[in-house]
Amino acid sequence: MKKLALLAGTALALAIGAVSGAAAADKLKACWVYTGPIGDFGYSYQHDQGRLAVEKELGDKVETAYVENVAEGPDAERVFERFAREGCGIVFGTSFGFMDPELKVAKKFPDVKFEHATGYKSAPNMGLYNARFYEGRYILGQIAAKESKKGLAGYIVSFPIPEVVMGINAFMLGAQSINPDFKIKIVWVNSWFDPGKEADAAKALFDQGADIIVQHTDSTAAIQVAEERGLKGFGQSSDMIKFAPKAQMTAIVDDWGPHYIKSVKAVLDGTWKAEDVWEGIKDGTVHMADYTNMSDETKKLAEETEAKIVGGWNPFTGPIFDQDGKERYADGVVAPDGDLLGMNWYVKGVDDKLPQ
Amino acid sequence: MLEAIILTIITAATPLLLAATGELVVEKSGVLNLGVEGMMVMGAVAGFAVTISTGSPLLGIVGGAVAGMLVSLIFAFVTLTLVANQVASGLALTLFGLGLSGLMGESFVGQPGLKLQSLDVPGLTDLPFVGKILFGQDILVYLSFAAVFGVSWFLNRTRAGLILRAVGDNHTSAHALGYSVVGVRYLAVAFGGAMAGLGGAYLSVAYTPLWVENMTAGRGWIALALVVFASWIPWRAAVGAYLFGAVTVLQFHAQAFGVGFPSQFLAMLPYLATVVVLVAISGNRRATLFNTPSSLGKSFVPDR
Repeated sequence: MKKLALLAGTALALAIGAVSGAAAADKLKACWVYTGPIGDFGYSYQHDQGRLAVEKELGDKVETAYVENVAEGPDAERVFERFAREGCGIVFGTSFGFMDPELKVAKKFPDVKFEHATGYKSAPNMGLYNARFYEGRYILGQIAAKESKKGLAGYIVSFPIPEVVMGINAFMLGAQSINPDFKIKIVWVNSWFDPGKEADAAKALFDQGADIIVQHTDSTAAIQVAEERGLKGFGQSSDMIKFAPKAQMTAIVDDWGPHYIKSVKAVLDGTWKAEDVWEGIKDGTVHMADYTNMSDETKKLAEETEAKIVGGWNPFTGPIFDQDGKERYADGVVAPDGDLLGMNWYVKGVDDKLPQ
Repeated sequence: MLEAIILTIITAATPLLLAATGELVVEKSGVLNLGVEGMMVMGAVAGFAVTISTGSPLLGIVGGAVAGMLVSLIFAFVTLTLVANQVASGLALTLFGLGLSGLMGESFVGQPGLKLQSLDVPGLTDLPFVGKILFGQDILVYLSFAAVFGVSWFLNRTRAGLILRAVGDNHTSAHALGYSVVGVRYLAVAFGGAMAGLGGAYLSVAYTPLWVENMTAGRGWIALALVVFASWIPWRAAVGAYLFGAVTVLQFHAQAFGVGFPSQFLAMLPYLATVVVLVAISGNRRATLFNTPSSLGKSFVPDR
């Protein structure tokens, strides 16, 4: 049984990933905790690209470390505590589910700086950061409405959390600004990550008449189906143009680099303080991949909308009605951030019942 | 529409069928290998790596089978030669496969793969409706059916198959008759590994030509359940795999069609169907017990 234990131990060590050694005294050590594998080419991959950007930008002033595949729960608390004890100057928790364990450790180590992505609990030494992906989704909606011949897009989604619902609503608002009768078919795959199911869902949606696919799941499977069928779609989290050179019209790319560089620099300069930042296209956290495979007119429209958003316009500006036709925001009223972060209703025109 | 649905079901069912057929032979020899998921994911990464490096998806699926077989031999060594607990070793194999594949596949993340082409038969493939379904599939789909017939024939109609079943039913007697229990089981485990590897390679080379960590997403466990579902009869494994694929695909269509069911319920359907059939089958205890390998999961130490 000894050999077996050794085997299992090796497997676990491989699955958990590597943590680098102790920090040199004069360097700032910046540490990341990821929920998925950095090899997912999606959410955790993009956070790790941000870490690499910090290394590149700040060179030998910093040392970085990360742990991947950290389960949300008690395991996460051990990882945060270990990082705090190992001399990390700043620790980034990159997933919603790390919120409570990270906060607990932050209170225990007041001298270590913490930042948590996509959550809402903070402390004097724990700041928050998030990205306004919905800005990109509004642009996708406009492009889809312009380019779809059938006025019908297929939308693949994972779980009914506010982030996802916000994305669907922003997409629909964008599409309706071009074609008020635009329709979407929504398929829930109940998984963030299952390439096979994502491909099956994409095929089902295309078979039912959609000619554009939108996804809020992480793999490239759906856009590859679009490529095969000669139809169109959008990339998610990463620029997926290599997987679908003829099908990808653009992609919402998460670029955490600018924020991480800013935060780590602030720690180096001694100016860091716990903030609540929610950045979007303007700050470079949300980045639109090149607009291709669409008419020049659509491209121009997309660029104009992007410029408008950079200029400070919010896609969630009234009048906005919900599914029942009730007015949620009057003409000219901008939805407050708190409402967006807790969004649990569909805008008018979404033909789906929100799973509760 | 029906044609499109059937085509999608075939791709969803094939990896399950390949892995389940292999595991069926393993279990018939009396070995319970719970490492199907780990072997599949190794097959997926190796299949993708070989495809990318050689430019040939065909070589890729061979590479996937070889990788699956190699890791299954680790399991065989630990459980058959060192006589370790099969359940624990199988679980360890899954963890090991998931970790090692992630490590091996690191440089392949974010690279587009090559897709295994379908074997089109000129004339026949263009037939309406049945053309694409019967004559427009890739080689692994045909292979999965060949494997079902081959395994069925092997187990029931050949002497070697009889020996394998004897080893699985009563290893002490088989040993007393002079058969090499450990030798037979090594071969069975290697075959199961190769088939799981093929199932994994199907994912990364034909189903969704890409590599990402953990891309098997639990299909190895489903293949394991299918073997029990099939009560160790190959054609029933095929029915199970297609039933599972069909319910998975149809629930997406139901959602897109706007059937007002909660999606979680629809997503649950394939598993619910599996449980219902398991209950139905287990109603007939004699038939079930007749097919169950009696030595399943039991370690064997030759007494010289």
